[in-house]
Amino acid sequence: MEGYSRKDVGCPQLLDLIPKEKEWLVKSAEETNHGLSEEKKLELRLGPPGGDWTFKQICGPTNESLLFFGFLPNTTAGATTTTSPWQHQTKASFFSLMEKESCRMVELQGAEKKVFSPANTAVPNSSSAQKRTAPAPVVGWPPIRSFRKNLANGNSSKLSSELQKDFSQKPIENCPKNKFVKINMDGVPIGRKVDLKAFHSYEKLSSAVDELFRGLLSAQSDSSTNGIKKEVEGEKVISGLLDGSGEYTLVYEDNEGDRMLVGDVPWHMFVSTVKRLRVLKSSELPMLFCGSKPGRLSLDRSI
Amino acid sequence: MVNYFPEEVLEHVFSFLTSHRDRNAVSLVCKSWYNVERFSRGKVFIGNCYAISPERLISRFPRVRSLTLKGKPHFADFNLVLHDWGGYVYPWIEAMAKGCTNLEELRLKRMLVSDASLELIAKSFPNFKSLVLVSCEGFTTDGLAAIASNCRFLRELDLQENEVEDPRGQWLSCFPDSCTSLASLNFACLKGEVNLAALERLVARCRNLKSLRLNHAVPPDVLQKILARAPQLVDLGAGSFVHDPESETYNKLKNVMQKCTSIRSLSGFLDVNARCLPAIYPICINLSSLNLSYAPGIYSKELVKLIRKCKKLQCLWILDTIGDKGLRVVASACKELQELRVFKSDPNDVGNAAVTEEGLVAISAGCPNLNSLLYFCRQMTNTALITVAKNCPNFIRFRLCTLDPITPDAVTMQPLDNGFGAIVQSCKGLKRLSVSGLLTDQVFLYIGMYAEQLEMLSIAFAGNSDKGMVYVLNGCKKLKKLEIRDSPFGNMALLADTGKYETMRSLWMSSCKVTFGACKSLAEKMPRLNVEIINEGDEMEGGSDDRQNVEKMYLYRTLVGPRKDAPDSVWTL
Repeated sequence: MEGYSRKDVGCPQLLDLIPKEKEWLVKSAEETNHGLSEEKKLELRLGPPGGDWTFKQICGPTNESLLFFGFLPNTTAGATTTTSPWQHQTKASFFSLMEKESCRMVELQGAEKKVFSPANTAVPNSSSAQKRTAPAPVVGWPPIRSFRKNLANGNSSKLSSELQKDFSQKPIENCPKNKFVKINMDGVPIGRKVDLKAFHSYEKLSSAVDELFRGLLSAQSDSSTNGIKKEVEGEKVISGLLDGSGEYTLVYEDNEGDRMLVGDVPWHMFVSTVKRLRVLKSSELPMLFCGSKPGRLSLDRSI
Repeated sequence: MVNYFPEEVLEHVFSFLTSHRDRNAVSLVCKSWYNVERFSRGKVFIGNCYAISPERLISRFPRVRSLTLKGKPHFADFNLVLHDWGGYVYPWIEAMAKGCTNLEELRLKRMLVSDASLELIAKSFPNFKSLVLVSCEGFTTDGLAAIASNCRFLRELDLQENEVEDPRGQWLSCFPDSCTSLASLNFACLKGEVNLAALERLVARCRNLKSLRLNHAVPPDVLQKILARAPQLVDLGAGSFVHDPESETYNKLKNVMQKCTSIRSLSGFLDVNARCLPAIYPICINLSSLNLSYAPGIYSKELVKLIRKCKKLQCLWILDTIGDKGLRVVASACKELQELRVFKSDPNDVGNAAVTEEGLVAISAGCPNLNSLLYFCRQMTNTALITVAKNCPNFIRFRLCTLDPITPDAVTMQPLDNGFGAIVQSCKGLKRLSVSGLLTDQVFLYIGMYAEQLEMLSIAFAGNSDKGMVYVLNGCKKLKKLEIRDSPFGNMALLADTGKYETMRSLWMSSCKVTFGACKSLAEKMPRLNVEIINEGDEMEGGSDDRQNVEKMYLYRTLVGPRKDAPDSVWTL
């Protein structure tokens, strides 16, 4: 980012705390970006009402032990009376640490001006205290609700929550976020549309097809067409769509107009060439019962 | 003295107490106050549906009219909890249907709601008025159809971010012609088509409709017709906002928008053509709430043009496509801003966040009333956080999420301990905090020291040792919910203050260093806690090794012992 280093190096010098007016006056990074040459006093004061305490430089470990003592459950009354002095010392502590930090930054000013690259992903490994590094990709990080993630994937059909496992390593192509194709099923007069970008595998597509058509298929075989039907009874799972083992088989029409068996090519290749889907009765595809490996057969156009 | 007041007087006095905490406090004063309070309590809030049973609820509060229930732990939102972990609402509905049929309002969050539950609600509560479902799943539009058909006095149907199957898509037509009571209808999260004619007729006959949030399936021409019929709307969620700016529809929409002078809250835009946004300009000046976080198609320039007009904005939810530059515009235009949420625009593209600490600092300088923040950013610095803390001491909710969970201060490469320390020190009313970035035990020291009002804390990939967690448990007296993932806190921290957990609603620890043995001993020691171990896969096969680390532990206080509806992969110790 341009100008990033300049602005940011200016920041710590902007924390001018003026307790005598009993309010914090702080200039934002925006307003006082005067560059490196202007001398800024770094005067830090703590301003509890009526107090004008100056802090002492206190090193970390001593502080910590004082605090830790103060927080043990069986603290005696003595601890409370010492609350003020050590508390103000410890309040000072992170300001003092901050000052150390800003001193570092002042040093940086004199150094060669660099534009800090925002991509600090290499940094975690070099940091002092941290023994762990965040594995990538991380389940559930960044913490975004599945609902939002699904929206960002531009999906309006059923999505499974396993999508998030794929999130960080996919190459981002220059293609639209949806791919809606028609899908018709033998014996069901009304077709559906599915967004193929919502699925990342043939298995998910297959189970989505089952969910889409299961109800419609049983509604066709029943005579009831109005009211709310209890979906549990009388519905058969539509399975075996991909391997020829089920009552139905999934086929598709590709960009050259040919009818093909679903499952032969890698998923992303399938998504890029598919134009529409059909769910055909397996009995109408005698070749599938030949016993040879499924997926190598291309259906006769006449079917 | 007060015992001489007749109960009616006490009841009348209590009727002025609206907060749950006040009513809870009042019920502890003495037996007669307890009884008066419990018979007059209309609204009950149950933050963890497994902390109490429906039967006990009804026996204590027989006249409850409004029930709020929450199910799964918060981290379920991020796929850290099994889908079938629990949180079934059916037993509650069943019990209420038998014992408390004057239920009017049900508000559920992260619960499993089946169509059967919705059908039971529709049948059992003649005065049912309001159904609010947030982040729930397990139901389809069939269940909604049952509610629409049968709840004659329905005032509110509010569906927020639920996963809903839509096998038939005709639920909206199920509102009978006699239904004129709807004041709030939100179906923005539904993915399927709706019967547009039925929608128009519904809007036309519900003269009290104040809040309407449409899904993507409602096209602009229908939106225009709806707005023409309902200029009294206060809250609008546009569905699809894609049309040709040259078209007649667009013109009509522009004209009708100008008449919608009551709209204070705007959301939706699930599909949007940015060139159509000028249609909204006339109402911007009245807006107090704007949610464009579902609209990925709007780029910074257009966003900025729109937001510049929203001078009275108090609540803004936006995507990070707004950029730091855009946030500076927000800071200069929206002086009354209280709540800001900046979401990641493309969750799959981890390396491309468009906001940094600069945007946040700008907002803090321009918007001193800011009290609630959710900020997804690529980087952060201590200095920025300290500046924000000084500019905005009124934070109640502060949730920061760096894209890389352990990214240090972008300039100094130091941990972000001091930045968050400044936040907790300055914001004395802070109730909710989520920390991220490179953090050591020091930040928890500060949190324990300063965050006196803190009720909920979310920790991920932070801390060095048990001390960190102990600082928090010891220091935060009002802590209710603590959720920790991937942090090196172990048995010493878990067992340091077991009594603390009875003062809290729940504790979640996943991928930490807590062992099976420690969880078992905690469960033994504290019978009023449910300590649940969630196993996915084969971790715990072949008996349990006490020294083995537990992958996911969720514990919560309860008055009713271990639950009976846990799936096989969840063990209650």
